Amino acid sequence: MHCPKCHGYMRTYNRSGVQIEQCDNCRGVFLDYGELEALGRMEAGYHAAPPPPAWGHHGGHHHGHHGHHGGLFHALFTT
Amino acid sequence: MVSAQVIYDRNGVLVVRSGDVVAKAHRPGRATGPEFARRAEIAASLPELFCAPLSPPLDVEGRTVTLERYGTPVDPFDPPWEDAARLLAALHAVPVPKDTPPFGRPTRVARAVSRLGDGEVADAVRRAFAVLPAWVRGDAPVPVVKHECLLHGDFHLGQLVRAGEGGTWRMIDVEDIGCGDPAWDLARLAALFAAGILPPEAWGRFLYAYREAGGVAVPPDEGSEWTVLDVPSRALVVQIAATSLRLAAEEGRDLAPEETGLVAACVRIADLPELP
Repeated sequence: MHCPKCHGYMRTYNRSGVQIEQCDNCRGVFLDYGELEALGRMEAGYHAAPPPPAWGHHGGHHHGHHGHHGGLFHALFTT
Repeated sequence: MVSAQVIYDRNGVLVVRSGDVVAKAHRPGRATGPEFARRAEIAASLPELFCAPLSPPLDVEGRTVTLERYGTPVDPFDPPWEDAARLLAALHAVPVPKDTPPFGRPTRVARAVSRLGDGEVADAVRRAFAVLPAWVRGDAPVPVVKHECLLHGDFHLGQLVRAGEGGTWRMIDVEDIGCGDPAWDLARLAALFAAGILPPEAWGRFLYAYREAGGVAVPPDEGSEWTVLDVPSRALVVQIAATSLRLAAEEGRDLAPEETGLVAACVRIADLPELP
């Protein structure tokens, strides 16, 4: 299909299951019926990993990836 | 003859199960007097939130004993993060009942630090304790809380049980119920996440569900939680680190990687400016 604004060629993309047409020329985006709502629902369901405080552990590796049976099992489950 | 099995025996607390009933002998000197009786009453008045003692506390040979219905504990491999969050949010929304004892200060922090042994690692934990606010250390009066809520006072995953398979989750352990700053109920999970022990997905699920349920302990904007969780989570990092060092010493073992992570967090906390 062609862009209703500039008549450029519209390419189809798939964003997490939602079909999006974007114009190669002006970068304009065309959404079909229901696609805007679908994107809104995806946004609502997405929450990024929350940040730790300044003094917290920064960087990808977390210590507790071996189930919860490491040395700190007691810390999650006992006083 | 009644058959019974010990399900918990630590730190002077003994919990014994017989069929559908558990009996808990509280730590000597703890859970006594009219304040504890009032806490048990408050829990009993909130049956949708608490699995409360079945009867008023008993005095058995000078120790407080409470009876509760047995509940299934949390599966460590599949903690109910959302349900835990919703329970806490609901608790924090309860109008504070008349004559609710104050939460006061988180006394376990100073207690855990006072039981530390000698050594460099213990010193690191003590240095982090020294920069906690004076009131948390027990050196100043407890500040006035602007919006006091009903809080559990010692929340962790071991405080959740459910009656039977598929039953709904309830909180147990009513001896720290009080009115105060509800952020302290989120402190342990926040501390374990901040120290790099609780995976971000778990903390994220819990925090998101708490906010979705209208939980009042944290401001609504994502990322703003540390404005209220900073002090409580620092305090809990110190407490858990101190407890871990004592347990490792008692068991005669080296620190596990997670515990080393906690000590590292203590070192970073000690480098921060002292809190008022």
